[in-house]
Amino acid sequence: MHNNPSDLIVVDQLSKYYRVANKQPGFKGTLKHFFDRKTYDVPAVTDISFQISPGEVVGFLGANGAGKTTLLKMMCGLIHPSKGLVDVAGFSPQRRQTAFLKEITLVMGQKQQLIWDLPPMDSLYVNAAVYGLSDHEAKVRINELAEMLELGEELTRPVRKLSLGQRMKSEILAALLHKPSVLFLDEPTLGLDVNAQARVRSFLSEYNKRTGATILLTSHYMADITALCPRVICIHKGKLFYDGDLDSLANSLSPSREVKVELKNPCASEQFEKYGEIQDLNDRFVCLLVSRDKLTDVVSNLLTDFDIIDLEISDPPIDQLIGELFIKGEVN
Amino acid sequence: MRIFGLSFKVIKTLLTTQYAYMLEYRIEIALWALSGVLPFIMFSLWSQNDVGNSFGLNDIGLARYFLSAFLVRQFSVVWVVFSFEEDSLSGRLSPYLLQPLHPLLRYVAAHLAEQATRLPFAIAIAITFFILNPSSFWLPSLPQLFLAYLSTHFAFTIAFLLQSLVAALCFWTEKSSALERLIFVPYLFLSGLLVPLSAFPSNVLKIAMLTPFPYLINFPAKILSGMPVDIFNGFLAQLLWISILVPSVNLLWKLGVKRYTAMGA
Repeated sequence: MHNNPSDLIVVDQLSKYYRVANKQPGFKGTLKHFFDRKTYDVPAVTDISFQISPGEVVGFLGANGAGKTTLLKMMCGLIHPSKGLVDVAGFSPQRRQTAFLKEITLVMGQKQQLIWDLPPMDSLYVNAAVYGLSDHEAKVRINELAEMLELGEELTRPVRKLSLGQRMKSEILAALLHKPSVLFLDEPTLGLDVNAQARVRSFLSEYNKRTGATILLTSHYMADITALCPRVICIHKGKLFYDGDLDSLANSLSPSREVKVELKNPCASEQFEKYGEIQDLNDRFVCLLVSRDKLTDVVSNLLTDFDIIDLEISDPPIDQLIGELFIKGEVN
Repeated sequence: MRIFGLSFKVIKTLLTTQYAYMLEYRIEIALWALSGVLPFIMFSLWSQNDVGNSFGLNDIGLARYFLSAFLVRQFSVVWVVFSFEEDSLSGRLSPYLLQPLHPLLRYVAAHLAEQATRLPFAIAIAITFFILNPSSFWLPSLPQLFLAYLSTHFAFTIAFLLQSLVAALCFWTEKSSALERLIFVPYLFLSGLLVPLSAFPSNVLKIAMLTPFPYLINFPAKILSGMPVDIFNGFLAQLLWISILVPSVNLLWKLGVKRYTAMGA
């Protein structure tokens, strides 16, 4: 393990196996399951190693069941690893020492810690007492976070009466009340509408800038990752297959770029075949996939050869690329 | 000021919040209080058959015993296993495990808040009982009331710890509330809820007294109703059971939490 003293989180050959039992259908299967239950270990995470520096915002990418949430749960101390080591801010998370718990927080999308029938404010004051905040500190902190999260009188309304977005923002407020330096966020924007997602994202970005907190995030929304995480860790079937910056991942996944052209007059598809792979051709609109090394020449030639109204160059959507990668299972 | 390692502020905030939460469910709690009338059913059963005399109790003694049993039950009833199981299966336990407060203490606060919510209903039921049975009216002396209060809290502590022991099995079985029946059946028969323990044959009584159950209802109810009772040995037994159960719950919890898989979370 290359352990740098400046690393805040060190994960070394971490593995987690879950014991499961299979049951065959039907009465015979039920009897067999009752009297002679067969269990076996299913690997959820296998030999994963990485380090994270203080203040980093890291996104964990992977398909459903890839192991990213299990990894997050081990790092925050919720579950015990089967093998390997994890060190967070000098603590062994699974020991759940008070000093460690005061340094971290976990936010899970659509899971709540707020008391359902009471206003969030009641839960906030319980959290403030549990974390040893004085009344004054709690008040200042609640006001500061409520302002950042654009929460007002929602905090004095019963949780059950709040919209999903308001509830999620209140959950985040409750989770951050004690000024944690490490945030574990598991799908924090799950189920939120586009506007609410954007507000949560901008809050997290602002929080990271203001406090220097380290943020570890899993999300199925690629927009969360692209907006917040310069670094991504990709997991497939419990194994790490990419750890690096998002731009490099996009470049390695897609050596081509999309060139969208709006023509003055319609043209036949054969005329474009020599410039690149035709993705779409519709009347006066053409979309071509052009390799990065030929891009300058192709654009120059297109402008010379055709009467063009508009031209746009872009990367293929990252979520599409990563989605394809997971489907193909191209793990190196 | 700290009590059991908790600051007064944490205790106060937890209790007031849980009390506010319980008040949201006051109708349900009133119904729960009413549903605890089993001792009154047993009273009407035994008093009609004149069996009370064989327990060494006349009708008034029997009425006072079962009213006391009802009141003790109201303030020692425990449901932690059901809440814990639900929280464990739904994933709500996860954030509690990551806060610097033992999750079981939240359930203790919820139970104490519920007891406070039950108080007016219990008093109303006791008054109704006295109206229907005016001859059984009595007012316990202050020392009697204090000892009954103390023994009822110890009874609650034992019942809570016993159920917490079963609740901790959630880490292994996921459906540990089914195992709670293993406690509930002996509790029903050996606690004194159905019949005062003095009705038991002496050899059965000897065995029953080796279990924690007689100290959950029979002992505090006898103190409250003014029946003769060995107060010193009763409290000693309660404290002994608490001192056995606290480390047992702690140990099982520590072992269990290592197996926690944070299902549903």
